[in-house]
Amino acid sequence: MMRERHLNMIILALLVLVPAYALWADEPFTITLATRAVIFALAGVGLNLALGQGGLVSFGHAAYFGMGGYAMGILASHAQSYTPIMESPFLIEGTNSMPVIWLVAIITSALLALLIGALSLRTSGVYFIMVTLAFGQMFYYFTISWPAYGGEDGLSIYVRNQFPGLNTLDPIQFYGICFVILCLVLFLVNRLNKSPFGLALMGAHQNEERAVTVGINVNRLRLVAFVISGAITGLAGALFADLNRFVSPTMFSWQISGEIMIFIILGGVARLFGPVVGAALFILLEHVLGGLSEYWFVYLGAILLFVVLFAKGGIIGQLSKKESGHEG
Amino acid sequence: MRDSILQVRDIHKSFGALKASDGITLDLKPGEIHALIGPNGAGKSTLIKQIAGGLKPDSGSVTFEGHEITGLSTAQRARLGLGRTFQISALPMGYTVLENAVLGAVGQSGSVFRFFKPAMKDPVLLGRARDALQRVGLDGLEDTITAELSHGQRRQLEVAVALTLAPKAFLMDEPMAGMGAEGSKELTGFLRALKTQAPILLVEHDMDAVFALADRISVLVYGKIIATGSVDDIRTNKDVREAYLGEEDTA
Repeated sequence: MMRERHLNMIILALLVLVPAYALWADEPFTITLATRAVIFALAGVGLNLALGQGGLVSFGHAAYFGMGGYAMGILASHAQSYTPIMESPFLIEGTNSMPVIWLVAIITSALLALLIGALSLRTSGVYFIMVTLAFGQMFYYFTISWPAYGGEDGLSIYVRNQFPGLNTLDPIQFYGICFVILCLVLFLVNRLNKSPFGLALMGAHQNEERAVTVGINVNRLRLVAFVISGAITGLAGALFADLNRFVSPTMFSWQISGEIMIFIILGGVARLFGPVVGAALFILLEHVLGGLSEYWFVYLGAILLFVVLFAKGGIIGQLSKKESGHEG
Repeated sequence: MRDSILQVRDIHKSFGALKASDGITLDLKPGEIHALIGPNGAGKSTLIKQIAGGLKPDSGSVTFEGHEITGLSTAQRARLGLGRTFQISALPMGYTVLENAVLGAVGQSGSVFRFFKPAMKDPVLLGRARDALQRVGLDGLEDTITAELSHGQRRQLEVAVALTLAPKAFLMDEPMAGMGAEGSKELTGFLRALKTQAPILLVEHDMDAVFALADRISVLVYGKIIATGSVDDIRTNKDVREAYLGEEDTA
């Protein structure tokens, strides 16, 4: 119990120290890698709420990641070209303000998760996985064939969006924004895990029948968890688009859904910091192994297999004592 | 006699040609233990599901404290005060004993959609949970992981979780199953005390326990109640002896 908390503190410290070192050694590329890791971690924290705590194996979280990305892309491209998004019945203009973009990303992906969740939560098991995957792919093909925002080629945003008082184009400042958001979301999710809602969500995951017989509306409980989960992943999508200053249908692809899932499995399912460790390791492997071979996914696959077969609870589970992840 | 708390009226449920419930009428009065017995395949589980929720009868009604609950979900019935325990313990095994009891309190209080305040520090939820654990005698095991409990202790915890609902009636599915003679005896004493708080509809295979505990017994055979009455009535009932007790002499 205590050890997992200590481990989490070490992980947070590393997320401060590594970019600080990179700044000192003047290696902006390392800072960009760290930013990628932090954003992916955030997407993973979102999915973990549904998959880990809720037991809802969504294979379509790219839908929310992409939704957040396109929320940023559409708003920023209109601001960039000084054209309104729509004029009637009322005027909506683009914006390059990060807080506004984040808010739009959170709301749109939450609404999307509400819709997808309401339909897919009627199923369970393999069917749930397939239905969520199908929804993700639907958006992938929709954006490919939608010419207004670049279609298959995607959308480039030339200048990073603005945050009051900061120079967002400075890698370390943008990293700071992403890191603070991740910390804030981790804090909120930790509170959520311990709240009556979290207790009920994880209880229903362990034994649905019990949750129902104590009077909990399990369907609504899961739908709310799914919506919060999608909203967090959507926020990550908006940051990811801002990091690359580019959005494309790839953000909606099932590979993204799979990668977000890999972060969680590597780091530890239902562990608060599981996706953080998983995403960091993923980025590290991508960088190190990717430099050695184009086929680095083969090695990633082997590592993943090892973790699934021999390291229950992922990296966090192996490095800390307790198996169950709901206390921290 | 006061009005019944739970009333099952002329329930029919068929699965294809099989009549699992064939015009069942049954009631539960305040302060009593009403045992439901019957051979395997008599339709006990089907009846329980129609009372607790999860299975809708083809016709007939279930009334609980004057409300018709036939169309309600299991969760809604639980919130009205129908406390249920299972034949095979249905508990989140990774939770501690206290967490399981708090989960019951969360469901009852309708505080499921509170996202920020820690559940395990909420004095109202904790108070309710600790009271229930104390009543079943698990107060020393609050921090034990449920998976580590003995079979009998899990049974006690099931009852404690049901108690957190402040139930108006209990629905217990074979609480004695898999208990040793000692545990069975202990639980018998406990249930006898419990019925003064809320009546118990008890489905049980253990005949000794049923005859020792029940105020009334109903015998279910092939989806029909063939007899309802006191322990002595049932013991001496010819139909029951033929249909159920048969050659095995339980008395």
